[in-house]
Amino acid sequence: MIRTLLQTALSGALLTWACIPAHAQPNDAAAQDYIKTLTDMGFPAPKENQLVHIPPTMEDLEDADIHPELKRVIRRGYDLFTNTQQLRGENVFNNMNCSSCHLGEGRMPFSAPIWPAAVTLPDYRGKNGHVNSLEERIAGCFAYSMNGKPPAYGSDNMIALSAYHSWLATGVEMYPKQAIYGRGFPAPERPEELSYSRGKELYAENCAVCHQEDGSGMRVDDQTAYPALWGDGSNNWGAGMVRIFTAAGFIKNNMPLGQPRSLSDQEAWDIAYFMVSQERPQDPRYTGDVKATAEKHSNFHKHSMYGKVRDSDGRLLGDHDNTGSKPFLKPDNIQPRSFK
Amino acid sequence: MKNFIPAVALLGLSAAVGDVQAASGNPEKGAETAAMCVACHQSDGGGKHVEGGESWPRLAGLNATYIAKQLHSFKEGSRQNPSMMPFANTLGDQQIADVAAYYAQLEPTQGQGGEETPQAVLDRGQQIAERGDWSRYIVSCKSCHGPGSRGAGDTFPGIAGQHAGYIKAQLKAWQAGTRSNDPQNLMGAIAKRMTDEDIEAVAAWLATRTPEAE
Repeated sequence: MIRTLLQTALSGALLTWACIPAHAQPNDAAAQDYIKTLTDMGFPAPKENQLVHIPPTMEDLEDADIHPELKRVIRRGYDLFTNTQQLRGENVFNNMNCSSCHLGEGRMPFSAPIWPAAVTLPDYRGKNGHVNSLEERIAGCFAYSMNGKPPAYGSDNMIALSAYHSWLATGVEMYPKQAIYGRGFPAPERPEELSYSRGKELYAENCAVCHQEDGSGMRVDDQTAYPALWGDGSNNWGAGMVRIFTAAGFIKNNMPLGQPRSLSDQEAWDIAYFMVSQERPQDPRYTGDVKATAEKHSNFHKHSMYGKVRDSDGRLLGDHDNTGSKPFLKPDNIQPRSFK
Repeated sequence: MKNFIPAVALLGLSAAVGDVQAASGNPEKGAETAAMCVACHQSDGGGKHVEGGESWPRLAGLNATYIAKQLHSFKEGSRQNPSMMPFANTLGDQQIADVAAYYAQLEPTQGQGGEETPQAVLDRGQQIAERGDWSRYIVSCKSCHGPGSRGAGDTFPGIAGQHAGYIKAQLKAWQAGTRSNDPQNLMGAIAKRMTDEDIEAVAAWLATRTPEAE
């Protein structure tokens, strides 16, 4: 059931499966279905030479020829990934699950599928300026997107999460040379002008039914039904999603849930602009001065509204020391690294 | 002037109370209205799974705002159902709010129609309900209907512990376009991607679930 293939043809993909190189091992019908489902939904077809990988499912795991103990650990990783709230108060201090942003349990293209991390890391990351391992990359999500403290490196939970990532990458070569189809949250082209007020209206029409007018989402029975988009229950100012192009890419490709690609590029960007212009817990990299912090991490924050004045009311965004329900600013296991 | 201000304040207060009652309904008054509902929805509000026929949904314990909205939808035609329409048409706004409040406060009963379902079919139903089938962009039930698909807020009803026959009929109604009262076509878009087998499986699975958190 593991299907990895190198898309060698241009976007007329469906007619060109005969061109699949002999080393690929696709179940042709299944791969065709996979691409057709995505293109029918409005996603672009794979480009020439893009790596298309169909990650295995949890059903596939049951049939896989791997050690039962590994299966058990992968299942635990899956469980942590889709119900990260079980680590609330220890590693997670907001209402998010990993799968809140990585839809389809981390498997979906155009929804930051997580398997590429398993085959492209260790690698240099501009965000922290050093070579990161898979565990360190996962730790970044905990520190910023979960407004939390990463599970310890090498801990059971960290290894379980890593194993789930690696399992999804089954069959993909390490350090693939091809570009990966649907990696990250590919942003549509940025329109000339973005409108906060239009974004606010569009948010009310398209998003508030689940995420609520105040962006707080909804909790039911002590579980997250709909993730918080801003405020104390959401990711902090250091999370990738605060970058407007990341938010626009997420929205365009994934929202409203079940109707990806239904918003225009302009609409996706306007909603993103509105969403990233709201307050949220402080960036763990905060120096005590929002402008200085934004400047120090300008490679990141040049894409966010952090340290900038919101036009609608003149508020300087991120100018506070609120860390949400997290009783500290920076987790002690997020460290610089020099390899010296 | 001195007397005038409290009078206005009182008027404002009574108007506000009236609004709250209109929105939330009076369950005692609703119980009287519900006399016309019991033939199908049963005296305990539990409804009935009718194999091969028209199943009647359990109303007991559903969200009041959701129930009221459905009754308005029957009146305006965004839910088309020959059995329900004549009843809904007799109800005014206040009666709708009252009867909705009545059913919302009843104790939910267990769904029927999944008892005989083979395990493999239930497994498929569980997959759709809890994880979805992203290979066809079918998102999980719980991603909108909340943890355990037991409902979330006023908009997304609890479907766990609902009768299989009713769930199946609704998904088919969305496919056929005879039900279109969901916000932003959220359910319609998903229902149209489901096969008959998917619908059968998820309806059976949900019917076997408990309607309330344990």
